[in-house]
Amino acid sequence: MRHIISIRDFSRRDLDYLLDRAEDFAAGGYDRNLLAGKIVALLFFEPSTRTRMSFASAMARLGGSSISVDSVEASSLAKGETLADTIRVVSGYTDAIVLRHPKEGAARLASEFAQVPVINAGDGAGQHPSQTLLDLYTIRKSMDLDGLEMGILGDLRYGRTAHSLAYALSLYQVTLHTIAPRGLEFPEGLLNELHDRGMEVKAHSDVREIIRDLDVLYITRIQKERFPDLGSYYDVASSYRITPETLQGVKDRLILLHPLPRVDEIDPRVDSTPHARYFEQSRNGVPVRMALLSEVMR
Amino acid sequence: MNPGPPNRTLLVSQIKDGTVIDHITAGEALNVLTILGIAGTTTESLSIATNVASGKEGKKDIVKIERRELRKEEVDRIALIAPHATINIIRDYEVVEKKGVTIPRVIRAVVKCPNPGCISNASEPIESAFEVLPKGLHCLYCDWMITRDIASHII
Repeated sequence: MRHIISIRDFSRRDLDYLLDRAEDFAAGGYDRNLLAGKIVALLFFEPSTRTRMSFASAMARLGGSSISVDSVEASSLAKGETLADTIRVVSGYTDAIVLRHPKEGAARLASEFAQVPVINAGDGAGQHPSQTLLDLYTIRKSMDLDGLEMGILGDLRYGRTAHSLAYALSLYQVTLHTIAPRGLEFPEGLLNELHDRGMEVKAHSDVREIIRDLDVLYITRIQKERFPDLGSYYDVASSYRITPETLQGVKDRLILLHPLPRVDEIDPRVDSTPHARYFEQSRNGVPVRMALLSEVMR
Repeated sequence: MNPGPPNRTLLVSQIKDGTVIDHITAGEALNVLTILGIAGTTTESLSIATNVASGKEGKKDIVKIERRELRKEEVDRIALIAPHATINIIRDYEVVEKKGVTIPRVIRAVVKCPNPGCISNASEPIESAFEVLPKGLHCLYCDWMITRDIASHII
């Protein structure tokens, strides 16, 4: 039985295989009844729109169905049931479990108690492997992952998508440029790990000093609550905002990605440039999740 | 008749039956007891010597536990904080068995994860689990790394 818990569990070969599968699904020539008769549980103990909907959509496209819990309030967790018990019970109703939970390591715990495969759809500040896969997939649709000059901008300290993506890209020949406000840089442990895995990481404080060299810029949200007051938030946020002016002189092939939702990080005027790929990135969640669902329920 | 100098070498008395843990990293004796679950109120009779001069490490700690023979699994948990410790099993004042400690690959229910958001700190029917790596301890649930001051995280 295969669980999808952390991007750390994947080799480059595993990633390439899943991305190839996603490409096959996106191309359309697949069996619409591949998962007919199968049921997946969508257990979301934290709010989510796109992840939950794209899993449901992926399951429906493969002929399967999904049942869901949308909040802790609506579930027996509210009555004090442990996650372990919930998982044991739900295992009896379904063929796979997709779990989002506020605690880090929740999906690992679920995999220990489940009788069916578990897919992690985000555990607190921890892992969110299907997001990383769709990020990789979106880049790979435009260019080879090997040889990339990759920029990651925003809150790199707490942003789990940035951590997972950096970790996955360390399996490829990628030079990573980090652009983060002071105090929101990558955690030291992660930097050491990336270094040990042979990745070159260069830190920058201003996106304008590096953007012309980049092939991909991955933008993440800088959250207001990380700052002591709104004034210092707006100072930082405005200097990290991507506008048509920031994009002057960039490579033609530069693509801009964002896990969404965005707030102020990207000027809406950027949306109509050929560099903007964040909505396409979001759409790619469906074929990538089809690949994951079909893989665990084969 | 000259009685001679008092015996200066024997800091703690010999034990008849039980376990002597020798060559504990200086200052770690109390943590060793914590790991063995001997803390607070206890019925064991214990002798503890800390910062004793030792040719091998400069200084060391020694713990003697009467009428209790430690099992291999118990002993290996000590390896985290006292990798050079040796364990002597004593029966009728004789050392009947002498063993070193080996660091286990995974330790369970020994260390508490420092990450407050980790599921192993929630009310779930699981024990904490850490993989022992050269750089430190890696939480198998939330991926947190403990790289320093491991003893302060011992349960």
